[in-house]
Amino acid sequence: MSELYQLTIHEAHELLKQRKISSVELTKSVLRRISQIEDKLHACVTIADESALKQAKKIDDCIKNGDIAPLTGIPVLVKDIICTKGIRTTCCSKILENFVPPYDATVIEKLKAQKAVMLGKSNMDEFAMGSSTEHSAFFPTHNPWDLSRVPGGSSGGPAAAVASDESIYALGSDTGGSVRQPAALCGVVGLKPTYGRVSRFGLVAFASSLDQIGPLTKDVTDCTLVMNTIAGHDPKDSTTVQYPVPDYTQHLIPDLKGLRVGIPEDYYVEGMQTEVRTALEVAIRKLEELGAKVDWEASLPHTKYALAAYYILAPSEASANLARYDGVKYGFSAPNASNVIEATEKTRQFGFGIEVKRRIMLGTYALSAGYYEAYYLKAQKVRTLIRQEFDQAFKKYDALVTPTSPTVAFKLGEKLEDPMQMYLSDVCTLPINIAGVPAISIPAGFADGLPIGMQIIGKPFDEGTILRIAFAYEQASDWHKRKPPL
Amino acid sequence: MKLSYQQVEHIARLGRLALSQAEIENFSLQLSNILENFEILQQVDTTHIPPTTRTNPLQNIFREDEVAESYPQNAILANAPQQEENCFKVKAILE
Repeated sequence: MSELYQLTIHEAHELLKQRKISSVELTKSVLRRISQIEDKLHACVTIADESALKQAKKIDDCIKNGDIAPLTGIPVLVKDIICTKGIRTTCCSKILENFVPPYDATVIEKLKAQKAVMLGKSNMDEFAMGSSTEHSAFFPTHNPWDLSRVPGGSSGGPAAAVASDESIYALGSDTGGSVRQPAALCGVVGLKPTYGRVSRFGLVAFASSLDQIGPLTKDVTDCTLVMNTIAGHDPKDSTTVQYPVPDYTQHLIPDLKGLRVGIPEDYYVEGMQTEVRTALEVAIRKLEELGAKVDWEASLPHTKYALAAYYILAPSEASANLARYDGVKYGFSAPNASNVIEATEKTRQFGFGIEVKRRIMLGTYALSAGYYEAYYLKAQKVRTLIRQEFDQAFKKYDALVTPTSPTVAFKLGEKLEDPMQMYLSDVCTLPINIAGVPAISIPAGFADGLPIGMQIIGKPFDEGTILRIAFAYEQASDWHKRKPPL
Repeated sequence: MKLSYQQVEHIARLGRLALSQAEIENFSLQLSNILENFEILQQVDTTHIPPTTRTNPLQNIFREDEVAESYPQNAILANAPQQEENCFKVKAILE
């Protein structure tokens, strides 16, 4: 290992525990990496270097006293939609450009309780609405594997940062694929937990019935360590469940004997890149070799309705959630308005970017009198059918395996003017949020030097099984060890 | 389903968004195209299917109404664009 910034969480933890490295050395290494390559990537929006080093110094004293947990002293980047007390949280929107939260999100409190080192905040599509990070109000992020391409989105900043060793790991949020799709396009591991598994307190709301926070890591072992820390019931989020949190590292078992895996053909949509299909076939054969019983003819026929249902449900919830941005309590406020309505309308006109406006418009329309039943209620009923279909499938299978994204990373600008094409990038990931089940994306191949992701979908609250499958595959492959040529 | 200029203007008003003329024209085309793609849902028979609003197995959540420390006033007002006498300042709602 030539540089400390290349370490995974578990590798860094061992070295910290044995006192072979210090948290200050590790943090300095990561900050140096950021200063070397950030000009090319633009993955970060706020770098808290001074406070990170100060924290690391304090943490080294604790480690000296034997006080060390799996995430202690290890630097983390956080998507800029998760509230960090005293550190600007912008959602990469002009409307929150100067917002400094007075409190920490629950996941941040949990990281702090383990003495993680907070590096800063990373780039995303404005309010997590997008699949390329081009809708950030500040700047687009570039894919470390090919700087002319997008990193995916909306957690493109966190994914690009982890892939390029700008951070040891990161936290993102996933409403329709926003952790998994960028993880796939950047060649890292990304998990969307079951809805209700991780607290959303302090996660700025996009679509409340779909949002979940999830880890982006360099390997599956790291993913289990972050999940062990962030999962669990939170009295501040009444949608979290009281189920006990298992020790996810217990699921790191390198064989798949006795597991039943279904391959739904319904996910191989029109426009699926041939190389993605081929890579998935090869990866699934590997799962068979590892002992999984694979059924190549699983069927989830309602999958084809998921995209339409999602792009009604998510914008509808967003249009209600974003009503709070009126320029009164926090955020940008348009000057020179003559009355209260004009002040609100102008604040939102200049504060929101084009994609956010588009979704507010879609959602407002779908919820408006005369259209509510045809759109919103209809989509909620289709949601029932999609969930029922997953429940049925999970009577036969322990997990389902699909591509994470129909294509590898696309060019910057390629889909920016065509929202429908952009929405289609989430076609394999959004059914999972609609059903509220967990899914992980792991590296499963390359096409022309660009990463391909495999999505493993699990039963509600059975993250353990998909982590086991992901781990067994990872042990039998070396895609996750490849580094982008920066 | 084609959205007219006037319809887009109306929806923008409902969503409290001021839009430029170019944005309205653009949205009129784009939203119509997106809504056309949603027509596929009409193929699904949803008679007798209840709507799903959430996917977790929880019903109403209750807790004791306990008195606890809140955030300090200055911390909450710190992000306010305009404030006066420890209050958020807003435009007059009733003239």
